[in-house]
Amino acid sequence: METADPQPRPALIELIEAGIPARLAPETEAMAGVTWTIREGDYWVIGGLQGSGKTDLLFAAAGLSRPLRGDYRLFGHAVGPAYSDEGLADRLRVGLVFGEGGRLFPELTVRENVALPLLYHRPIEPEEIESRVRLLLAETGLETMASHFPAGLNPAWRQRVALARTLALRPEVLLLDNPLAGLDPRHARWWIQFLDRLFAGHPLLAGRSTTLAVAVDDFRPWIKPGRKYALLTETRLDFVEDPAATALLERHAVLRELLPAEPHPI
Amino acid sequence: MTARLSSDAFKALVLRGPLPRSFLDFFGRKLLELVLTVQGLGAFALITLGVMFSKLGAGREAVKPLIVKQTARAGLSLLPLISFFAAALGLAVIGQTVSLLSRVGANQYLGMVMVTAVVRELGPLLTALLVLLRIGAANVIELGTARALGEVEALEALGIDPIHYLVVPRVIGMALGVFALTVYLLVGALVSGYAWAFLQDVPLTPGEYVQQLAGALRGLDFVVLAIKTSLFGGLIATVTCYHGLAQPLRLQEVSRATIRALAQSVVLCVLLDAGFILVYLLA
Repeated sequence: METADPQPRPALIELIEAGIPARLAPETEAMAGVTWTIREGDYWVIGGLQGSGKTDLLFAAAGLSRPLRGDYRLFGHAVGPAYSDEGLADRLRVGLVFGEGGRLFPELTVRENVALPLLYHRPIEPEEIESRVRLLLAETGLETMASHFPAGLNPAWRQRVALARTLALRPEVLLLDNPLAGLDPRHARWWIQFLDRLFAGHPLLAGRSTTLAVAVDDFRPWIKPGRKYALLTETRLDFVEDPAATALLERHAVLRELLPAEPHPI
Repeated sequence: MTARLSSDAFKALVLRGPLPRSFLDFFGRKLLELVLTVQGLGAFALITLGVMFSKLGAGREAVKPLIVKQTARAGLSLLPLISFFAAALGLAVIGQTVSLLSRVGANQYLGMVMVTAVVRELGPLLTALLVLLRIGAANVIELGTARALGEVEALEALGIDPIHYLVVPRVIGMALGVFALTVYLLVGALVSGYAWAFLQDVPLTPGEYVQQLAGALRGLDFVVLAIKTSLFGGLIATVTCYHGLAQPLRLQEVSRATIRALAQSVVLCVLLDAGFILVYLLA
């Protein structure tokens, strides 16, 4: 059960007794009876080993897959499937940064990848789109790579392009799938600090704080006061107060895997 | 109580399970596959049509350049190849018919032969097949790979309808491209047909040739040509996009999907062509 919040803030994403489908076999349940609420101002860290269903959970939270059972609500109301116009405005308030290279579009340059959601959804002047894209590229350190195609980029930079593309629509909730996977300490540090700035209120989003939910396979860089933690174990989602607590570590073998004794490189 | 099989379980059991030793079961399975294919293709075509009209103005700045790109791809890029086939088609038809018509002193029917064989049948079908081989195959590979690498989900995560972004531009582009290329091929074939007749010393002036063509052509020919070629292009795009996109594909399945798409496109184009023959017969 989720820990009680003394001052309940608006629920942005709610999964209620949801059966989360597996991405590769949509009629199979990867997780059963998941009840998870992401509230405004939350910073969730969801830990799980490979194959535990982290991506499946984020897909369901983003509305890309429908729960096989139970309920899914976005900003307080039900929404249609990912490809329909029903609830599109609400779905655009949630951003999902895919892991493993960010799933960029290979036929578009970095600039075009970042501009695509603006071109499609926001009927604004080309100069305004160009200005916004330039700002996003500058804030994510991608200005010199704007004309490059994704195939010519290091995976670490592709991941940042995915982040810039997702931020183009100024989402209120940002879901990230293992953003530090395969990154060196320099890139990993950049991500941690950038997400902290997003959470605190970044000029890119007009100073508004972004609600975050990050799926990770290593808790170490993410332990900080004020955050909420969840653990994916054997098709269940368990909420934990403090992953580093000795009692919890003794009880959960998975938690010991996600919080090894040696310090994290960053 | 009867347990209901899910669609995937049904396919795995009935369509992919080992066959008992019976030809009837073999044909039964093939028939079932055909029914499921028609159902899937039909549903995909209807969805595409629905999206095309319901999202007419949506994402204009992102989708319009894609339509232009696909039209150029299915039209402009094939001009050199079409030029070659136009010359070849003119030669093939004229070369075969000149000796025959000269033997019976019926050179005045040369124009009618060109219109009947080239304008009404061979020209549109040949163009469609060339576009299918060059562009249709590429469609399946591109979309199948995109699907396997998760780009479709990336579009959905950005609130972009994959059908609207990936399929509609291809359908419109290929419909326009096949129509334009067919016109180009027909003009080329008719011109090269006369050139070959000239080289074979057929006593036919250009004026007489054009008169024969004009006499054989009817208003219905232009209408049917426009509709048939556009439908060929739209059909090829729909079938190839279906095989690339509608089924969850692993990278190693893309080649098999491509072959299936090509075969089904050829069959459907020929069936459509046969349907238009009926139009001529009834007219």
